[in-house]
Amino acid sequence: MSIEITKLSHIYSQNTPFESSALCEVSAVIEKGDFIGLIGHTGSGKSTLIQHLNVLLKPTSGSILIDGVDINAKGTKVRDIRQKVGLVFQYPEHQLFEETVAKDVAYGPGNLGLPENEIVQRVKDAVNMVGLDYEKIKDKSPFELSGGQMRRVAIAGVLAMSPDILILDEPTAGLDPKGRDDILKVIKELHKENNITVILVSHSMEDIAKHVNKIMVMYNGKIEFYDTPEKVFAQADRLEEIGLGVPQVTYLMKELKKTDPLVRDDIYTIDQAKAEIINMLRRRKNA
Amino acid sequence: MKTMIEFKDVKYIYKKHEGEETTAIENISFTIEKGEFIGIIGHNGSGKSTLSKLINGILHPTHGDVIVAGFNTKDHSKIWDIRQNAGMVFQNPDNQLVATMVEEDVAFGPENLGIDPKEIRKRVDEALETVEMGAYKNKKPHMLSGGQKQRIAIAGILAMKPKCIILDEPTAMLDPSGRKEVMDTIKKLNREEGITIVHITHYMDEIVEADRVIVMDNGRIAMKGKPFEILTQVEKLKSLRLDVPQITELAFQLKNEHLIDDDKILTVNEMVKKLCQ
Repeated sequence: MSIEITKLSHIYSQNTPFESSALCEVSAVIEKGDFIGLIGHTGSGKSTLIQHLNVLLKPTSGSILIDGVDINAKGTKVRDIRQKVGLVFQYPEHQLFEETVAKDVAYGPGNLGLPENEIVQRVKDAVNMVGLDYEKIKDKSPFELSGGQMRRVAIAGVLAMSPDILILDEPTAGLDPKGRDDILKVIKELHKENNITVILVSHSMEDIAKHVNKIMVMYNGKIEFYDTPEKVFAQADRLEEIGLGVPQVTYLMKELKKTDPLVRDDIYTIDQAKAEIINMLRRRKNA
Repeated sequence: MKTMIEFKDVKYIYKKHEGEETTAIENISFTIEKGEFIGIIGHNGSGKSTLSKLINGILHPTHGDVIVAGFNTKDHSKIWDIRQNAGMVFQNPDNQLVATMVEEDVAFGPENLGIDPKEIRKRVDEALETVEMGAYKNKKPHMLSGGQKQRIAIAGILAMKPKCIILDEPTAMLDPSGRKEVMDTIKKLNREEGITIVHITHYMDEIVEADRVIVMDNGRIAMKGKPFEILTQVEKLKSLRLDVPQITELAFQLKNEHLIDDDKILTVNEMVKKLCQ
């Protein structure tokens, strides 16, 4: 399921005194099976961009093709697109509303007009996919669960639609470190096992570094970088200028490079850093 | 008086509507001295927020006493003295700004204290300067970034001239630059104005510079100590659903392989020094 964005622009409140340009001629291709990290400071255009991908917003100009289909063309059914592209909002647990977990997760597929047994199966699968025990949790009220569990139920509600593309807007905000790692693990497994294309919006450079294969950096409504994590995190100075940063170990390697020019500074995980430090210490010993 | 906040064997029970009870925290005793910067960490549901709400009298202990600036929070007649002395900043910047203009928002607190308008003017200007938002005093709060909104919320508290500020995950919803703005502001208030800071967070790197750290687990205090004493217990913290800064994790692994001789390393600079000594 590839996404092809061509010269996408969006102007809010066009032709009013409050007119503001949120996206400016953005072009990018996201391949099927990609795991994209989308970063950028508040107001950089991230949310505007992802809301276009499941037709919550329509472009002022430009186009988006999903698997070759223009999602804003007259003949395209919005419902089909929203089924293909699942969007998990920030704090999705605020949108839980049903009496039981099972009913809440079933709400989306129920609206697709699927047969009852298909809905039950999808709900079961989705709840298990997010690492919860369906039998134990199905009859509980979503509101008596912990914050991390509520969030997983909310994500299950989107998964029950069987999306080919999953977009998550800061899915770990406000969770403790273990809750954060659990959710990211679930997303990673979904990506690997179900071959879902994932777009993860996050403010945590460390989380992005650990999971994605490409990073898209937004700044002032444009794409500033769109490349592999090594290449993007090597731009530490520019990332800081635009209100972002790099993982702590990347800063460390940049500092170490000042004392040993052979040290690589396109390093962004702990394992890479450890290997590079071992190399550095070995060089020093042999010198 | 040197003590700012004292918890004496505090227990708090939430009562649900069907008569069910949940103990949120118990056996909590500690003191926070004037001018200290205290970091509080703990998993979701560990009792951090209950703790913070007990400090400024939003909640009252089921058992035990909470003393703030010499006042017992159970003493209803002193509630405004307590709230003036211990102001709170919450997680969501959009939920705590009330006015349509930045300076009006900052003035809201002191106005409610019945302070003379001339004095309010002075306090608002000073507070906005302190959080470096003076240039924005006539702007609309909803036009600001998350970090700016949180700084306005902090200014609103500063205008009440508090001795202590409690921040309950103030950076959870912010981007990296917003987080840095807020953290720089908090550190400055602590260092330059001597304001006591109680900072609750899930970001381990934000408590590296605290004077002391309290770790909560299931409603009890699990660990207490200086940041390097706490943050270097990598495995213990992970068992409490927490983690450590990336640099500390790296130090832990390098020490396990005998590549460095100690793992009491919390910052990039400390690591550079250790590797290049």
